[in-house]
Amino acid sequence: MTDQPQSAIVAEGLTKSFPNVRAVDHLSFDVRAGEIFGLVGPDGAGKTTTLRMLAGIMPPDQGTARIAGCDVVHDPEGSKHHLSYMPQRFGLYEDLSVDENIRFYADLFGVKKAERGERSTQLLQAAGMGEFRKRLAGKLSGGMKQKLGLVCALIHRPKVILLDEPTTGVDPVSRRDFWRILYELAAEGVAILTSTAYLDEAERCHRVALLHQGKLLFCDTPANLKAKLGKGVLSITSSEPRRLRDQLEHAVGISGLVLTGEGLHIVVDDAARRIPEFEARLNNAQVPFNAIQQVTPTIEDLFVDAVGSGASVHAS
Amino acid sequence: MRSAVERQSMPRESMLREPTPEDNHSVVIENLVKQFGDFVAVDHINLKIRKGEVFGFLGPNGAGKSTTIRMLCGLLTPTSGRARVAGYDVGREPESVRQNIGYMSQKFSLYNDLKVIENIRLFAGLYSVPSSQLKERIEWALEMANLKGQENLITGTLPGGWKQRLALGCAVLHKPPVIFLDEPTSGVDPISRRQFWDLIHHMADEGVTVFVTTHYMEEAEYCNRLALIFRGEIVALGTPSELKQKSMKGELLLVECEPLGQAVEVLQSAPDVIDAAVFGNALHLVVRDATAAVPQVQKYLSDHSITVGRIEKIRPSLEDVFVSLTTARDSGKERTA
Repeated sequence: MTDQPQSAIVAEGLTKSFPNVRAVDHLSFDVRAGEIFGLVGPDGAGKTTTLRMLAGIMPPDQGTARIAGCDVVHDPEGSKHHLSYMPQRFGLYEDLSVDENIRFYADLFGVKKAERGERSTQLLQAAGMGEFRKRLAGKLSGGMKQKLGLVCALIHRPKVILLDEPTTGVDPVSRRDFWRILYELAAEGVAILTSTAYLDEAERCHRVALLHQGKLLFCDTPANLKAKLGKGVLSITSSEPRRLRDQLEHAVGISGLVLTGEGLHIVVDDAARRIPEFEARLNNAQVPFNAIQQVTPTIEDLFVDAVGSGASVHAS
Repeated sequence: MRSAVERQSMPRESMLREPTPEDNHSVVIENLVKQFGDFVAVDHINLKIRKGEVFGFLGPNGAGKSTTIRMLCGLLTPTSGRARVAGYDVGREPESVRQNIGYMSQKFSLYNDLKVIENIRLFAGLYSVPSSQLKERIEWALEMANLKGQENLITGTLPGGWKQRLALGCAVLHKPPVIFLDEPTSGVDPISRRQFWDLIHHMADEGVTVFVTTHYMEEAEYCNRLALIFRGEIVALGTPSELKQKSMKGELLLVECEPLGQAVEVLQSAPDVIDAAVFGNALHLVVRDATAAVPQVQKYLSDHSITVGRIEKIRPSLEDVFVSLTTARDSGKERTA
């Protein structure tokens, strides 16, 4: 499977330990050209370490990684030629303008003068930043800085891009712009590996690897992941969410319960059976509630279900 | 008692309440304005937040969110209007305001190179916790943060979820009636996040008012009520489900089709489509009337030789609402997806 020619990124058994912690533990996956692949997990799951190994800036203890067919350890120049890596803090020069930053990276990557103008105009347009070319990078908002980082990272038309939590601290509107650019790149055949700590962002990826403590929990499309939960998810709203919780938290059939601002989000073994039971229970206790609805599971539901609640997550 | 607006379908009349008098509100904002030179950062905003409410304050970067928080924390004097926090006027009694609030931001609250207990003592000192109460409050904070026996660990080595609870404990050592949380659970694992929000709701149960700023919709879902600020104005206010039901400019369709990129381009100029964006392996379309749009979209795509799979109406997420509201107002700039 790893020998498929169209796999732009291949990780096989990648492992990296630091004193006291195995940051990445035998991780294998592959990303095809034109695919947006999400490395999803909370802080400390091993996302950044994985990206650093793929980018060739940290050697793995075990395992191999190939970018566009080039082994990142044995052929670092070959793999870097095809690759762009955007770390969490991309090195923008705050006292240079947007245009000057782009020109700097174009020089660094050896982009021909003739190709630059069109490429940067096109990228800035896509980023919704056409009118900010003269602004100093230091004066841009967080979302704009991230988008400028992406523009700089893309100036040499890499085949593979690695993005480390590119949307952290970015507001939803800029986040959409950002994703729109990613989809356009994917449509051009670029392979994109992006990490995020936000499980809801996983829904935007074509395929997702869910990481926990350096290990791969699941790897599939978002739709298949949700189907994997194999349990029902109910949503109940109420003017008194906490009374609702007090009534239902020990009810039979519940494997997960979250108190939200307006009610409960509950994972149950059998939705059809539990809905009438819960309704009866709430009516008996005279707790006000709106209709109990069965909703689509989220990737967070799957993550929590797989990892289990309680102390295991905290074991450090 | 919570913010949730009373609905017709609610079985019990007793839940319906009279409008609450001002003394039941911990944060009251009236015509608040902050101007920097010609720039109006906060433009006549009004809000009332009930005691014990978990209130979410959302907005894109640069919308006036931070300026509002700084005024509410007594760190910035309003240009005009007024705001009372925990009963004190932010303009005239900023000192009293600061003594009666707790502030926690995930990123900046703790000193990573100090021990757990040292961080707690430091914050106790900063917030002038009386020495007679010091021991009890430290015990309480350790208990709440579930860090008993871990007092001597270096803070920087704690897992994210523990740090979060420690930061919260430090922020409320002086028992403030109002706490401000700035993206409190950004990046923590979902289980720790759920535990954290449970703690917050417990505090709210005891009457503490919680003011959360975030642009993560995962956090917004934990709030009883939300306000969205954009260009200095409050553009939406309500419970998360009210916002989902009422604030969208149109309805949302999920469309599976091939090829996606071409479909987006084609749909930009389709008559009934307000917005079209790629979302994972499908498209999200904002349309005026979902039922009417389904056959039209189907035909339109087929006419352009695009293979159409599943089309269905979906419930908008808070993020859809957020984007819809801000882009609808963004008339100055081309912002169609």
